[in-house]
Amino acid sequence: MTPLGIAVPFVDAGLLAQLLLGALAILAAVTVTARWRSVAAGTAVVAAGLAAAATGIAALLGAQGSGLRIPIALTVTAPLDPLVLAPDRLGGLFMALAGVVVALAALFGIGYAHGPAASRTGWTAFAVFAVGMQVVPAATDAMTFLLAWELMAAGSTALLLADHASREPVRRASVWYAAMTHLSFLFLLAGFGVLAAAAGGTSWASIAAAGVTGPAATTAFVLLTAGFATKAGLVPMHVWLPRSHPEAPSHLSAAMSAAMVKMGVYGLLLLTLRLLPHGPRWWSLVLIALGAASALYGILQASVQSDLKRLLAYSTTENLGLTTTAIGVGLLLRESGQIPVADVALVAALLLAVSHAAFKSVLFLAAGSVLHATGERDLDRLGGLAARMPWTSGAFGIGALGAAALPVTSGFVAEWVLLQSLIHVPARSDRLLAIVIPITMGIVALTVGLGLLTFVKAYGIGFLARPRSTAAAAGHESGAAMRVALVVGAMLVIALGLVPGPVARALAGAVSAEGVATVGGAGLSLAAVQVVLNPVALTVLALVILVPLAAVNVVLARRYPRRDVELAWGGGGQRTGPRMEYNATSYSEPLVRVFRGPLQASQLVDVAYHDRAPLLIEQMTYTQETGDVVEERLYLPAARLGTRLGDLARTVQNGSIHRYVGFSFAALVLVLVLVAL
Amino acid sequence: MTIGAVTVIVIHLVLAVLLSPVLIGVMRTTRARLEGRVGGGIRQPWRDLRKLLAKQPTRAPGSTPVLTLAPILLMASSLVLCALIPFVSTVALTSVPGDLFVVVGVLLLGTVALALLGLESGTAFGGMGSSRHMVIAALVEPTVLLSIYALSVPAGTSALAAIVRARLADPASLLNPASLLAIFALVVVVIAETGRLPVDNPSTHLELTMIHEAMILESGGRDLGWLELGSWLRLTALLGLVANLALPWGIAQDAAPLGLLVGVAAITGKLLLLGAALAAVEVFIAKLRLFRVPELLAGSFVLAFLSVSASYLVF
Repeated sequence: MTPLGIAVPFVDAGLLAQLLLGALAILAAVTVTARWRSVAAGTAVVAAGLAAAATGIAALLGAQGSGLRIPIALTVTAPLDPLVLAPDRLGGLFMALAGVVVALAALFGIGYAHGPAASRTGWTAFAVFAVGMQVVPAATDAMTFLLAWELMAAGSTALLLADHASREPVRRASVWYAAMTHLSFLFLLAGFGVLAAAAGGTSWASIAAAGVTGPAATTAFVLLTAGFATKAGLVPMHVWLPRSHPEAPSHLSAAMSAAMVKMGVYGLLLLTLRLLPHGPRWWSLVLIALGAASALYGILQASVQSDLKRLLAYSTTENLGLTTTAIGVGLLLRESGQIPVADVALVAALLLAVSHAAFKSVLFLAAGSVLHATGERDLDRLGGLAARMPWTSGAFGIGALGAAALPVTSGFVAEWVLLQSLIHVPARSDRLLAIVIPITMGIVALTVGLGLLTFVKAYGIGFLARPRSTAAAAGHESGAAMRVALVVGAMLVIALGLVPGPVARALAGAVSAEGVATVGGAGLSLAAVQVVLNPVALTVLALVILVPLAAVNVVLARRYPRRDVELAWGGGGQRTGPRMEYNATSYSEPLVRVFRGPLQASQLVDVAYHDRAPLLIEQMTYTQETGDVVEERLYLPAARLGTRLGDLARTVQNGSIHRYVGFSFAALVLVLVLVAL
Repeated sequence: MTIGAVTVIVIHLVLAVLLSPVLIGVMRTTRARLEGRVGGGIRQPWRDLRKLLAKQPTRAPGSTPVLTLAPILLMASSLVLCALIPFVSTVALTSVPGDLFVVVGVLLLGTVALALLGLESGTAFGGMGSSRHMVIAALVEPTVLLSIYALSVPAGTSALAAIVRARLADPASLLNPASLLAIFALVVVVIAETGRLPVDNPSTHLELTMIHEAMILESGGRDLGWLELGSWLRLTALLGLVANLALPWGIAQDAAPLGLLVGVAAITGKLLLLGAALAAVEVFIAKLRLFRVPELLAGSFVLAFLSVSASYLVF
């Protein structure tokens, strides 16, 4: 960045603009009449998102702000550094990521929001959430970070409650979400508390300068990792994701799943690269284990879900797991002194985060469009939408290609870089690496395979063949604002996949990785592993092959045109109705058989016989249920224990005033005794 | 270099399109003769293809463009595979060096096209085939990537041409256990990905067992022609890959005419022999029960894993 004189105010102005536009959005949400509210407030949030994207990209490319000071005077005796907003390169990346996703989601929300989600509270909550999330990576000290973190949590919780009056699952989802997000906050508060106490300051600079080691560092690492992993939806703290994402309004689910969980990744990177960069080896092993378990468990659950948004939520756990695995591998290699390959792994982590943001926002928005058009998100009742909703179906298809990591999308590039970093680990001299890396590779590979199945299922069952319900048959394409958001998102998925070189170069700056270069304008060259990936050249090669093939096909099609036949479905006979089609549950049945244990699967076949002819079957019902083993074995027992403790506590309080006076007296005596000691 | 690489790619494509029906013909004839039948002859696949491409495909009301696009996409994926895999020469484009992960990505695009076509048919058969096909593809994936990993460790790169060159330069490495295990795991992968026995029976139409055939049951005419040719090309490409990894001799190292000629002859011979051997083995084995297939794939995964560990810890 040459014009430093211009660049300095730019980041500050961008930050200020985000805050002002956020305030404007809240003002619009509160004052504008219901008819224009979505347009006014939504446009202001889109503008705030774009401001964040511009600011973030400038910061990512090296522009530095002088720091936007938050004028809050706290009269506390604790050593408290001033509250300043000034994103560094890494923060800039995550701010840009959040900004783009917020802009897309808000644009979609203009057309999508209705009912409670379009109320004054709805748009205010979305604006608070968006601005809070964009500001999190700009924080330069723990207090600002936690403040922004809470804004983000509060805004999303309020909007998640939108439909609580009409649907019971929303209430349960909100309770889970609120509980888990505050658990995360408590972990972070405790973790930063330990760090601040050990370092004698709350700003990142003073914590990093203090070089905290020993038990304080370990405690802080464990607490902060737990907090960030909860926000990132990693196993076993993922339980809020599959509940809250389906129940939230779709523009909020997109923003939560594509951007908010990334703040957990940002936190992990901040912790391990900046605050405590010289942790012992087991820290990175913890991250790899956490990530690999999340990736595998997330995708396994996703592959058997038939609720489209729940499927996408579990897939978020998978993708965040892969990202965390990449971070862990990067740290492990850094610790082993393999800096060049470690840099590749860290770039892979950032690419995974960015590409997930792109394709997951498209997928959630497309799912929202389907929900808007049909009122259904159960794949077993969808189908045939490709003919009725071509834009939505196209966008979902491209997003699904990205999620399945197929060429030439952003997802493919990200996983390619991750796999390259894994196979180029020099592990001959190091037994631990020689064991950990192949296992990681195996898990990543199985994740990729199951991801493929999951998204073929989601697209094929949801959009192809014939509609399985009247609601799906009546589906119609969504309005202009929603279509624009879908198309822009889908184009991002392809664009990030076509030009990985410049993208990876910019990301490499965020983790100060070396050896990432651009070849041929768009291609990506990794010096450390001596490989080249040029998706543009691959696409050109494919097109050169495709053109003659298509020409032959056109000639043949002209000579032997396609015939429309009524009886084409069902082996030449119209005997089969849509009920005979495979649905999402049957599609994943073989997989459920293979992975029966971890999926907690149970099948029930109920046969009703004919009254007068007991050998004839009148009706058969097949029910398949899968459960979440973590939820059943960990959370429900904990909740039961809490309830039992509560019951026990109730026996102490019997309502007698004498007993309460007695308690007060005992407490007073206790205090006096303590003071006397 | 670029002109040489382009020549090689053109030769690969032409050779693959000409050779794949012959390969299928040889495999079917071998099988027929061993089973005591006469068989349709080596040129029968060619005749089938000509017949299919000159027939009108049908379309059901309300069907989507996937019906038309999936066969073309499968063809394109198979042809790009043939362009990237070093059949005749190890010369490759510098911008598209035939990286194995890219090869797998292109292969999976074809897999996905087939699976979507199966679902698009809107019948129980299509969905069933698609579901089974994807479960197998998902479970094969770890073996694929780990065997790539094992093969790339000695060569230091995942670019296919470089791996083949490295193996050619050091023939002793061909017999080292790590390499043998990886090749064996890769053979299982090829069998599973191309739907051969014992994973799938390409000549069955029995609803309980079919996988590949169930997905293309509703396609006819030109669509079916492309699907058949696409699957044959896929088989040719993957067998060619295994042949040149296991026995790299004869492959040219440059784009000189004589070397290319030798390369063409070598790969033709290797492919036909390998195909005949595969067909001969298939006569003697039965198809596995569908739910025993994961055990086979888990076994191949273990082989691939051992191969990686061996290449790190032993050699």
